[in-house]
Amino acid sequence: MSKKLLSLQLDLDDFIPATDEEKKYMVQMRQSTTFFRDGVKRLLKNKVATASFIIIVLITLLSIILPMIWPYSYDAMLGVSPGKPVDASYNNLRPFEYGATEKKLIEQGEKVFPHILGTDSSGRDYFIRVVYGTRISLAVGFFASIIVLVIGMTIGSIAGYAGGKVDLIIMRIVDIIYSLPDMLMVILLASVLRVALGEQIDNSALSKIGSNIISLFIVFGVLYWVSMARLIRGQILSLREQEYVLAAQSTGAKGSWIIRKHLIPNSISVVIISTALQIPNAIFTESYLSFLGLGVNAPMPSLGSLASEALNGLASYPYRLVVPAVVISLIVLSLNLFGDGLRDAFDPKLN
Amino acid sequence: MSSKNNNNPLVEVKDLKVYFDINVGFLKTKPLKAVDGVSFSINKGETLGLVGESGCGKTTVGRTLLHLYKPTDGEIWFDGRKIENKEDLQILRKKAAMVFQDPYSSLNPRMTVSDIIGEPLDVHRMYSNKQERRERILELMDYVGLNSEHASRYAHEFSGGQRQRIGIARALAVNPDFIVCDEPVSALDVSIQAQVINMFVELQEKLGLTYLFIAHDILVVRHISDRIAVMYLGKVVELADAKEIYDQPLHPYSKSLLSAVPIPDPETARKSKRIVLSGDIPSPLDTPSGCPFRTRCPYAIDKCAESMPPFEEVSKGHYVACHRVKEIN
Amino acid sequence: MALLEIKDLHVSFYTDAGEVKAVNGISFDLERGKVLGIVGESGSGKSVTAYSVLQILENNGRIVSGSIRIDGQELVGAGEKVMKTIRGNKISIIFQDPMTSLNPTYTIGRQIMEAILLHTDRTKEQAYERAVEMLRLVNINEPEKRMKQYPFELSGGMRQRVMIAMALACEPDILIADEPTTALDVTIQAQILELMKSLQEELGMAIILITHDLGVVAQMCDEVIVMYAGSICEQGTVDEIFYNPRHEYTKGLLNSIPTTATKDQKLKPISGTPIDLLNLPKGCPFAPRCENAMKVCINHPAEPMVINENHVAACWMNVKKGIEDGNIVLNSKADDIKEGGGQL
Repeated sequence: MSKKLLSLQLDLDDFIPATDEEKKYMVQMRQSTTFFRDGVKRLLKNKVATASFIIIVLITLLSIILPMIWPYSYDAMLGVSPGKPVDASYNNLRPFEYGATEKKLIEQGEKVFPHILGTDSSGRDYFIRVVYGTRISLAVGFFASIIVLVIGMTIGSIAGYAGGKVDLIIMRIVDIIYSLPDMLMVILLASVLRVALGEQIDNSALSKIGSNIISLFIVFGVLYWVSMARLIRGQILSLREQEYVLAAQSTGAKGSWIIRKHLIPNSISVVIISTALQIPNAIFTESYLSFLGLGVNAPMPSLGSLASEALNGLASYPYRLVVPAVVISLIVLSLNLFGDGLRDAFDPKLN
Repeated sequence: MSSKNNNNPLVEVKDLKVYFDINVGFLKTKPLKAVDGVSFSINKGETLGLVGESGCGKTTVGRTLLHLYKPTDGEIWFDGRKIENKEDLQILRKKAAMVFQDPYSSLNPRMTVSDIIGEPLDVHRMYSNKQERRERILELMDYVGLNSEHASRYAHEFSGGQRQRIGIARALAVNPDFIVCDEPVSALDVSIQAQVINMFVELQEKLGLTYLFIAHDILVVRHISDRIAVMYLGKVVELADAKEIYDQPLHPYSKSLLSAVPIPDPETARKSKRIVLSGDIPSPLDTPSGCPFRTRCPYAIDKCAESMPPFEEVSKGHYVACHRVKEIN
Repeated sequence: MALLEIKDLHVSFYTDAGEVKAVNGISFDLERGKVLGIVGESGSGKSVTAYSVLQILENNGRIVSGSIRIDGQELVGAGEKVMKTIRGNKISIIFQDPMTSLNPTYTIGRQIMEAILLHTDRTKEQAYERAVEMLRLVNINEPEKRMKQYPFELSGGMRQRVMIAMALACEPDILIADEPTTALDVTIQAQILELMKSLQEELGMAIILITHDLGVVAQMCDEVIVMYAGSICEQGTVDEIFYNPRHEYTKGLLNSIPTTATKDQKLKPISGTPIDLLNLPKGCPFAPRCENAMKVCINHPAEPMVINENHVAACWMNVKKGIEDGNIVLNSKADDIKEGGGQL
């Protein structure tokens, strides 16, 4: 047999057994990440979603902070002082225009903060009304979504977990509500509630929020929970068959324990994504309700009501319609893009 | 070893039937006879292996023992006590546990290892203070060879074999006497299966456990079981000591099942004559009359279609359900 | 020239977490009419190898380098047009789960005929006849009736037979079977394996059988390749691999299967867990789990060494044995090289 040559430079020392440490050292544990961190990483890689998120955060922050520091408030009709005749020079000013009275004040050496978007027909600074309107729209959208989330999640998880007759009845109710034309229903309910509850709310502690907004929340609570319920139910139906649920059942865990500890935590990502996409829906609904006059009560502005009011002077002051419309579009678009990004990043099925 | 031979049944199943109603049309349901009259007993400290192919009902048997499914008929006795009402169930749940097949779906991905293992403790409220609970969990992790630093990690950070260990630790949490092992190694790589099988054996010795070991891999079942029951379409067709069933199967189905198993030895494979059955396994929705195996049995006669053969003791400890068992062998 | 020649194949998947090196430089040949088994566990790269031959890897998978030749024709870099003439025609594949491999919305007949119409010049009537013939070939009774049925109407075993019928419709030279019986019951598995064996003998085609079940390998294969973490541990005839294993992984695998020992004898498992393909160590990938690992194993991956004419293994233990037996010299002077002595 011919003697063979090794292609590597080795010597006899290389052939002694390796120690356990050396073997362990070969294997480096991968950095452990949780599902959450993985998802966030993926989300950040999605530039559109990240940009949308930044836009939403910016808008939200501005809508909260600006009214606090702005010298004009949303409901102050600048030309109106109690006991004096109305000073019309403040009304209908163009952007950065000064009214007659203001011009006098400037000549007198006083500083008058410019009206970035002019004033409306009642002498209110338009810019701050837009900002405040954004705040209202965002708040309504957000809280309405929370209501939808809570109701939808509760009903959906009961239907999904209980199954059988309970599930059947709940789902038929869902089907009925789903089949109603929602715009029509929303308008109907909003008008009815406005009239029915209007007085009661105005006299109670909730009057500050406005009867219309309360009825709006009720409308959402009654109608919009259905899609969330269906979604949750679907999730729970599929999760219910998972072996870890069986394992919990085999130790004797009760239904509420299983829903709380197993089913809901594993539905969270679906819930968050759905809520993120629900918010723009709510904002949009509020906007068109306010546009139709069924939303917030005057003088509180909302982007929709501002757009509605702008129709009167559309020819002369088109920006009064354009600005709130653009803001609504921006918010809705950003939230939708962000929600899509969330779904791409966190939806386990895409793995 | 000796404790297994003193007839001290921990678990007894008498003529167990589990039927599921399946929707076959509008408002019409048909019973799916998953388990159709099964009887056996398991002695303390013993391992009973349960083998069979799809539709045989072995998983249903295991799950019904833990009352995950409700028995349609028949009795389940545990430690001399018939399981009938809620009280019995409470006691059963503390004394019996289950290890599942799929290491990926049997652990909640949102829970830490410590919470997964501790869940039975929490459900039964066994520990009032955190310190004791933590100690118990670490003790359990030690039993299965898991590092204590892994307690705060999440399931997905572990390999299949390690996840199964977590599942085993969870089953041991309540200090059960009896564990149903539902295909616990089927989803693992071959080299890891051996690790987990060894662990099952060790734990049985150390903690005095009784197992019902459900699997479709005959070789694995034979290795770990004292006795083996072979199931087909909801019925037990043969029950005997593990060695006896493997060396001398009496029922035609057992014979073909065992001969169908590919042996990892080329010479044996070349020499062995395989009994290859024709046809497919009938659906449990439409079980054949009489003996369920008759549609594929090479020895079937008219009698087999008329009546279900009785489950009889043919030799000591060896039970077979076949009309022609004496003639065939 | 062998029917299929694979040389130094490297395949990687590019994921969010980094490059997963699924196959790391494997080479083997497949002769006409032989059954080659590729054995390995999860992560071994066996399925990836097969998919690379047909170039049906997932979107993020790529053949990084290497050569795959069928009858001398190079497939790597050949392009989709060429691959389309190969798939289903010269090389066919059947998968593990027949339920998801068959389209639930088309009848069986349509699916089998699709392959025939794509690759041959037959008319529709001729394709129909051929399809029925194929169903008969795979022992499906009442083939004309089956032609009109949908996949969900058939049992698992029957669906797998349909898959085989589809795969063989164009008389391929090579049939790749990726875990064809893993999802089937044992008695059905026996039927399918016997069918495959008889068809192979009848049609004279080569089969690449991918499995993790050593029993199936022992029953079906002429030659075996054992893979671990993307590399070939050893390859040889089935007798050589089972009775003369020369790689620690193969030995460990054979030792860990339960045989006729009772539970009083402990199984000898392989310790540790399978390796992370994102972080392949620089030496032999099996070393962290190998009880005989040596220092050289930590630092250098073993090169394939010829054991005999039927057997090649890549394990430093063989080199160690060679040194002890005096057949291998370390660090000799360069001018002392004998014929054939330059390679292992």
